[in-house]
Amino acid sequence: MAKVRTKDIIERFELELIAGKDGIHREIIKSDISRPGMEMAGYFKHYPKERLQLLGKTELSFFYDLANDVKQDRMEKLCTDITPGIIITRGLEVPQQVIDAANNAGVPIMRSPHKTTSVMSRITNYLESKFAPFTAIHGVLVDIYGVGVLITGQSGVGKSEAALELVKRGHRLVADDSVEIRQEDFDTLIGNSPPLIEHLLEIRGLGIIDVMTLFGAGAVRNYKRISLVINLELWDKDKQYDRLGLDEELMKIMDVDLPKATIPVRPGRNLAVIIEVAAMNFRLKRMGINTAAEFSKKLTKMIESDPDPFDQ
Amino acid sequence: MIERKITVNLTTGLQARPAAKFVQEANRYSSNVFLEKDNKRVNAKSIMGLMSLAVGTGEEILLVADGADEEDVISELTAFVSKEQ
Repeated sequence: MAKVRTKDIIERFELELIAGKDGIHREIIKSDISRPGMEMAGYFKHYPKERLQLLGKTELSFFYDLANDVKQDRMEKLCTDITPGIIITRGLEVPQQVIDAANNAGVPIMRSPHKTTSVMSRITNYLESKFAPFTAIHGVLVDIYGVGVLITGQSGVGKSEAALELVKRGHRLVADDSVEIRQEDFDTLIGNSPPLIEHLLEIRGLGIIDVMTLFGAGAVRNYKRISLVINLELWDKDKQYDRLGLDEELMKIMDVDLPKATIPVRPGRNLAVIIEVAAMNFRLKRMGINTAAEFSKKLTKMIESDPDPFDQ
Repeated sequence: MIERKITVNLTTGLQARPAAKFVQEANRYSSNVFLEKDNKRVNAKSIMGLMSLAVGTGEEILLVADGADEEDVISELTAFVSKEQ
């Protein structure tokens, strides 16, 4: 996993570096952010020094009320040798004691013009996505009618060809061949392409093609939440394939279970249409319309009901 | 399943043409073959995945094979990346 350093935060959020520039290569290891109000008041017992520290209006106005020697002491304690940085929000004036302590300890002091809560939530989101569990899967990710469909299967089974046909039908390619997946929260998987092969598709016999140049910017997406897995496999006549769609097969990627459909491949089967319909059917199910279950209910009712009196 | 750590000696690294050849070699075997670099694992039978790793010369990679001919495919691919040309 890529390391996150204080300078990444400065670049990403366009923060103004006020002091302590020796420390901009410090590594951030936690996505939590601390607002050291208690510490400013002198209570350092549980000071989370390895986190980014955020000083807003409340903390700074309290700080101004302290005696000068206390100010210096608290700030020196706040700037430890592993603190990745202190961010001042709302574009507030930075007290001289903060600048001195930061320069001595090499802790970067940064300033943002925005409100404390919005800075805090934006940086937390950014850090959580950076620290999210990560894996890469062999497959193709396509956005079909807004449903992120991960197409998996053996090499050469026709994943890329199916993706090409789907793009031709107006859907969007996210990644071909190798999908980088990160888990956000406990139930969300976000897939994207490795940067080097973004928007590219490899088709046997044609080679590498650029989907964005060929089909336009509307044919690609940079990332997409994965909701459904379609596994393509060569038709095995001894294997039982789902004929009803009553049971939902699941596939586990990291901690998340995704619904999965196995589709047998045989010459003459139009895979793109089948995958497209699978995505639409998935949407229908999520909207509460489950054709297989409803039909099964009807059938059961018909079998259990008394014979039709007019049908004698 | 067998795993082997190998160093890529190809002077050009796995550029497009060598990568295509590598994938072709891997595809001659029935085993599942994976290649890992910096904790990123890709299917060694798929060229895009392989190229997305951008394996340079002198870099260490991990080959993983699983299947009936796993021994053969590993030794074949090891030989392929170990030679300098």
